[in-house]
Amino acid sequence: MTTKLFGEPVQRREDPRLLTGRGRYLDDLGPDALAAAFVRSPHAHALIRDIDVSAALDVDGLVAIYTWEDLPDRLAEPLPLLIPHPALTHGRTAYPLARERVRHVGEPVVMVVARDRYLAEDACALIRVDYELLKPVVGVEEAAQSAQLVHDDVPGNVGAHLVQEVASADGRGAREVIESAPHTLAFRLDVERSASMPLEGRGVHARWDADDSSLRVYSSTQTSTSVRMAVAAKLGLPLPKVEVVAPDVGGGFGVKIMHPWPEEVLVPWAAMLLGREVKWTEDRREHFVSSAHERAQVQFVRVGFDGGGRVLGLEVTILHDHGAYTPYGIIVPIITSTQLPGPYRIGSYRVEFSSIYTNTVQVTPYRGAGRPQAVFCMERTMDRIAAHLGLDRTAVRAANFIQPDEFPYDQGLIFQDGRPLIYDSGDYPESLRMLKELIGWDAFPEAKAEAAREGRRIGIGIGCYVEGTGVGPYEGGHVQITSDGRVHVSTGLTSQGQGHETSFAQIAAAELGVPLERVSVVTGDTRRFGYAVGTFASRAAVMSGNAIALACRKVREKALRIAADALEADPRDLEITDGVVHVAGSPHASVPLATVAVLSNPLRYAFDEEAVRATQFAGGSSFDRPPVEEGQEPGLEGRDYYSPIRSTFASGMHAAIVETDPLTAEIRILRYAVVHDCGNLINPMIVEGQIHGGVAQGVGGALYERMVYDSHGQLLNASFMDFLMPYATEVPRVETAHLQTPSPLNPLGIKGAGEAGVIPVSAVIASAIEDAEGIPIDRMPISPSDLFGLRRAAS
Amino acid sequence: MKPPPFTYHAPGSLGEALDVLAGTGEDGKVLAGGQSLIPLLNMRLAAPAHLVDINRLAGLAAVEVEPGGVRVGALARHARVERSEPVAAAQPLLRQALRLVAHPVIRNRGTVVGSLVHADPAAELPAVLALLGGSVRLARRGGTRDVPAGEFFTGPLESAAGPGELAVSAFFPALPPRSGTAFREVARRHGDYALAGIAALVGLDEDLRITAARVACVSAGPVPVLADVTGVCGHRPPASADWAAAARAVQDRAEPEDDIHATAAYRRHLIGVLAERALRDAAREALNA
Repeated sequence: MTTKLFGEPVQRREDPRLLTGRGRYLDDLGPDALAAAFVRSPHAHALIRDIDVSAALDVDGLVAIYTWEDLPDRLAEPLPLLIPHPALTHGRTAYPLARERVRHVGEPVVMVVARDRYLAEDACALIRVDYELLKPVVGVEEAAQSAQLVHDDVPGNVGAHLVQEVASADGRGAREVIESAPHTLAFRLDVERSASMPLEGRGVHARWDADDSSLRVYSSTQTSTSVRMAVAAKLGLPLPKVEVVAPDVGGGFGVKIMHPWPEEVLVPWAAMLLGREVKWTEDRREHFVSSAHERAQVQFVRVGFDGGGRVLGLEVTILHDHGAYTPYGIIVPIITSTQLPGPYRIGSYRVEFSSIYTNTVQVTPYRGAGRPQAVFCMERTMDRIAAHLGLDRTAVRAANFIQPDEFPYDQGLIFQDGRPLIYDSGDYPESLRMLKELIGWDAFPEAKAEAAREGRRIGIGIGCYVEGTGVGPYEGGHVQITSDGRVHVSTGLTSQGQGHETSFAQIAAAELGVPLERVSVVTGDTRRFGYAVGTFASRAAVMSGNAIALACRKVREKALRIAADALEADPRDLEITDGVVHVAGSPHASVPLATVAVLSNPLRYAFDEEAVRATQFAGGSSFDRPPVEEGQEPGLEGRDYYSPIRSTFASGMHAAIVETDPLTAEIRILRYAVVHDCGNLINPMIVEGQIHGGVAQGVGGALYERMVYDSHGQLLNASFMDFLMPYATEVPRVETAHLQTPSPLNPLGIKGAGEAGVIPVSAVIASAIEDAEGIPIDRMPISPSDLFGLRRAAS
Repeated sequence: MKPPPFTYHAPGSLGEALDVLAGTGEDGKVLAGGQSLIPLLNMRLAAPAHLVDINRLAGLAAVEVEPGGVRVGALARHARVERSEPVAAAQPLLRQALRLVAHPVIRNRGTVVGSLVHADPAAELPAVLALLGGSVRLARRGGTRDVPAGEFFTGPLESAAGPGELAVSAFFPALPPRSGTAFREVARRHGDYALAGIAALVGLDEDLRITAARVACVSAGPVPVLADVTGVCGHRPPASADWAAAARAVQDRAEPEDDIHATAAYRRHLIGVLAERALRDAAREALNA
């Protein structure tokens, strides 16, 4: 790497555009498109007896009304079950429009297309759906015990059941180990629902070109390539005739990796039928009741440990609330159950989950994807052990850490990618040392006593996590240097605010030795790159970052070979600096990459001055060899893929100091400290931004956000007035320190960072409140009203 | 989230506005700052057939400090009233309360009178008007009437403003001499509607003994709940007043309810804590006055 760009805190190049209103989001497209709107079920569980659209037909500007009965062939089938798993014995997915039965409030029943969204909503309001109400199943424990079924053919409402067990070194199971342990504890933990809540909701815009029989779809998605395949399959179109583009996307956080959404297939279908552009932009109420939620789990924990706090056996039984459908499989509870051991060597571990259907919005991954629940469970367990033994909470953690010389460390579990869960790298004792120093752990008891003398209550908390990042199967990168010297980088996965235009450009600039300004990056556009998986699971930097680096290395090798010919030098003696190939130590023997790009493409026609050098009478090419040699291709470009053997495991530890008001029970975060290890940093500023945003969402999950369903399955807080996301005023300043243990699994030595910030926050805040109050905290989020209730119950 | 169809009126004069309102009656809704009305329309929770936009009636934007108090016109934005030094000098409770009303962006558009007419018992300004014994001036074609605060708030989101009437201004009495005010509340997030809130006013006599101690509670009932605790505090100097007893008396008057953000028990507890804090703050202000 000749140009020092990798690892530099380069300012995000996309920000001036995005922050001055020049972003191009889904609803900025197709201003003249027809608008789609949906009649959605107002009931959690009901049969559809009749749909009467007659009153809506008079709405001026109405174009079409569709129900399930109008859907052809494969569109009339249930949407795909994206991630099958042998344990998901009763996977169920929804129809694009409800067929005979609705299973949650918000399920789409009728699609209306009209001249604009106002008229479409007017028509929706006039459509009468006659429902026969069924008893709704709400609450995961109620559903597990209920005789009432969400799906008639799913007994007990159990969609999946999975047990994983890792025996102790002497071959004993966790239950047996716990029975004979010197100390045992058993308790229950609860985590409530939250959701991704991107600033921009979902949205689809489709344009059918009848002359060309081709379809272009824009979707606010985290995976344009997979949406493309799903749309082609559902609509019976040849794949080359379908293009899907993710424009600027205003946040995803997991909800937009779910696909195809009903709207993602219905809107293109309507555009084809009508021969008009059709657009649907999700509104916030739709997002609350028609997209996806996450987090809700009930966990039953039994742990056996010795007098030093070492965990000898751990048994966790999880009830996972999956909502009405399982289109994304059981990835979330798999991640919870496999990431639960965190940075610890657990003597023996048994984890069992049941994934339960309820008449609520479906559950698919939200940033953290099951890990916040896992870390809440493990870290609450560590605190309980410390409290039981009267030990310092960090000492108990240290006693259980996997040591730096134990990598690679096999946890003995099968991870979400279907591969063994083997930690590749890390240094947990050093992370803890750094965190204790950063937050001032050892001096805190003094500060706490001092506060108490002033009548104030403060507490300190800690949480540790390990995050499997960069899951496969693969991503690719394409790099092209054109004859103007510009570098065009593309990768198939999408961007929704992560700063890929900057960090991927840094990688390319560093690998190729060109100025950053000459590099442009395109993501999520199937016209530019057709093979990709998507942006989720903290994988973009690891997967596409490495793929782009590998593609750059191919291009660099080719550039050096062509330049060596031109300079009559040995390629091994060449370097690239500021976009110019030169002989090391002799800057005058040089050729710009722009010229190399010209030379790489033998021409018949000189389309400009520069191109003259590559034409047939310009000389320079040997008569003994064809202009394009065997095994070579014209053009200065390269494509490569990165497909890892397994995930790479980032880690981190957070600590917080909170203050609780003795009278009002208000909870205030005074300090928040993060030690974070994602291996080599491409751009520390972007990593810190990811951590800050993650912590902000974590604060939401810890103190504010819950989906309040009543017993009828109505979501009572489906607006930003009552679903409380933290404002900037509720988010503390985050103090960050980086530890860098490079991943041995990939060329750049990086691990994912996207989800890290959110993962341990609930555990950390619970730990700190518990320290301040002396009351066990076993349910998140916690509000002042909740804390008041806990105080009353404790006194 | 698009409003249902409505007829939009943009009258250029007060007389024209009152004519339109007289003609639309029950079907007419006044649009001023729109901070509550527009979301209600977009969510189709309200569907008035006629929207009467009064934003062109520049004469209604006046904020006048009179000898007896502050008169705030129907188009005066929260932010303007909040930032006015003469207003703060005449009646400091307005600024104390307005700083707690939502967020600056909302205060830039929302109007004081609009908040009063919206009559949300969780909002700060109805409690302020009620505590101070202010009034709202309602105009209709052919006349105006002043409705005292005690009669203006008739229920949750219900006021005395009838069909065909336009609230043209509100009057907040000035702070009497040797008096102080305070506003204390607890909200889930900065700027949210309060879980509980207390506006307090304490007045002292020439010997700096308490002659008046009153509070108005937010989120404690269908309308702002008033409690006069002068008797409980006795005619004592603030330093020796039994503020805790006063707070208990306030708690007894409140009728908070459970909702998804807090239990009724917690709200009642908060009302006590906040009443004591607000009364002490107000007494300190009175001593400094």
